[in-house]
Amino acid sequence: MFLISLFERREKLKTYFSLTINECIKIGYDSLFIVSIVSIFMGAVTTIQTAFNLVGPLIPDYVISLVVRDMTLLELSPTIIAIVFAGKVGSNIAGELGTMRITEQIDALEVMGINSSSYLVLPKIVAALLMFPILVVISATLAILGGYTAGVMTDVITGQEYIYGLRYEFNPFNIPFALIKSYVFAFIVASISSFQGYYTSGGALEVGKSSTNAVTNSCIAILIADYILAQILL
Amino acid sequence: MIEIQKITKSFNDKKVLYGISGKFEKGKTNLIIGASGTGKSVLLKCLVGLLSPDKGKVLFDGRNFTESDKTTTTQIRREIGMLFQGSALFDSKNVEENIKFPLDMLTEISEKEKIEKVNHCLNLVGLDKINYKMPSELSGGMKKRVGIARAIVNDSKYLFCDEPNSGLDPLTAIKIDDLILELTQKLNTTTIVVTHDMNSVIEIGEYIMFLHNGKKLWEGDNKKILKTKIKELNSFIFSNKLMKKIK
Repeated sequence: MFLISLFERREKLKTYFSLTINECIKIGYDSLFIVSIVSIFMGAVTTIQTAFNLVGPLIPDYVISLVVRDMTLLELSPTIIAIVFAGKVGSNIAGELGTMRITEQIDALEVMGINSSSYLVLPKIVAALLMFPILVVISATLAILGGYTAGVMTDVITGQEYIYGLRYEFNPFNIPFALIKSYVFAFIVASISSFQGYYTSGGALEVGKSSTNAVTNSCIAILIADYILAQILL
Repeated sequence: MIEIQKITKSFNDKKVLYGISGKFEKGKTNLIIGASGTGKSVLLKCLVGLLSPDKGKVLFDGRNFTESDKTTTTQIRREIGMLFQGSALFDSKNVEENIKFPLDMLTEISEKEKIEKVNHCLNLVGLDKINYKMPSELSGGMKKRVGIARAIVNDSKYLFCDEPNSGLDPLTAIKIDDLILELTQKLNTTTIVVTHDMNSVIEIGEYIMFLHNGKKLWEGDNKKILKTKIKELNSFIFSNKLMKKIK
């Protein structure tokens, strides 16, 4: 019902365009720093830990980067970054909409004859769908680079072997799979967080609860969707 | 003119409004008064469409708002201006953007005309050169004035004010009352004010509806209200020492 209401009594396209651009900056650009930090260290730690567990006379070193590549593309970049995204963007969406609700700003929009859910929520969902896949691509690139840097710096693998491992038996479907996941996770985070924020009632305490619920529910939904997508698509 | 006919509203099992009827005339400041929890704000929300009454009708110049199709509902809503209790200014927009917002959303006029209208409304509410201030930089009284400017900028036919004096000092409260009265007469709007401020009742109550426990107990104007014999209304009016002394 909530999602259907987003498409009723829509405003001018120009309005949505400028709102979506603003949301893209808030959701995408402002998340770059945290996504970059998490991704670089995620790749670095995966490399070191894989090297620690896989070193043996029968296992070639390039397996390390092969594992980093597949883990990053299949799981770490889409899922872990989605959970970080839920923490940063989801709580922000729920907090913003919740505050607007309790301070009657949403009522003010409704009284003016504006569909508040469409005006406030639709640009957030569209912006999340546009920006999160880009963040996932950036994250995967940085994680693999982070793994390379950590591997070479600690001498667990040479640069040449790392690149050879990245190319070895690469399954191209892993990339669309990661992107499909990113679209599903972006929708989950933006819609659940918007729902939690939009239907906040009470005061400041309830806004806090809505933000917490947005993150908790998004994380659970991400993990369930992750399992279902893996089962269906792999 | 706004007419309400037998408005009834319940939340779960709790009945909040019992068949309220009344007429709020154009060019007059119409007050809905009563103690806290008597259903004033619920009635106001039913009037502006934020809540749907269980029974009864709300007519805006003969147009049935409660049973209208989406187009008529949107049309009527676009003729409504409302001042909220907490002003409800958009935190992310400055004063000019807040006032300009209904024009951006609901009209096709040029940017230059919009700015002219914003400045005209700011002038009407007695504020100048605060266009680029953020809501967080304004005092309570200034926020209310900006809220009124936003409510009238789109040439609203109907002006609703929810507790316009709450949280204001007595002097600023009087200024806001005078402003509402002045704008109602100047713009010929149908104005409905929900309040429990006795000063507003005496100052601007051209039509007053008194609610008690969700029922309409009395209606009249500010001249008749002090002579009423209704016990509940008397105890509401003369609840403070100053009013008792005046009596």
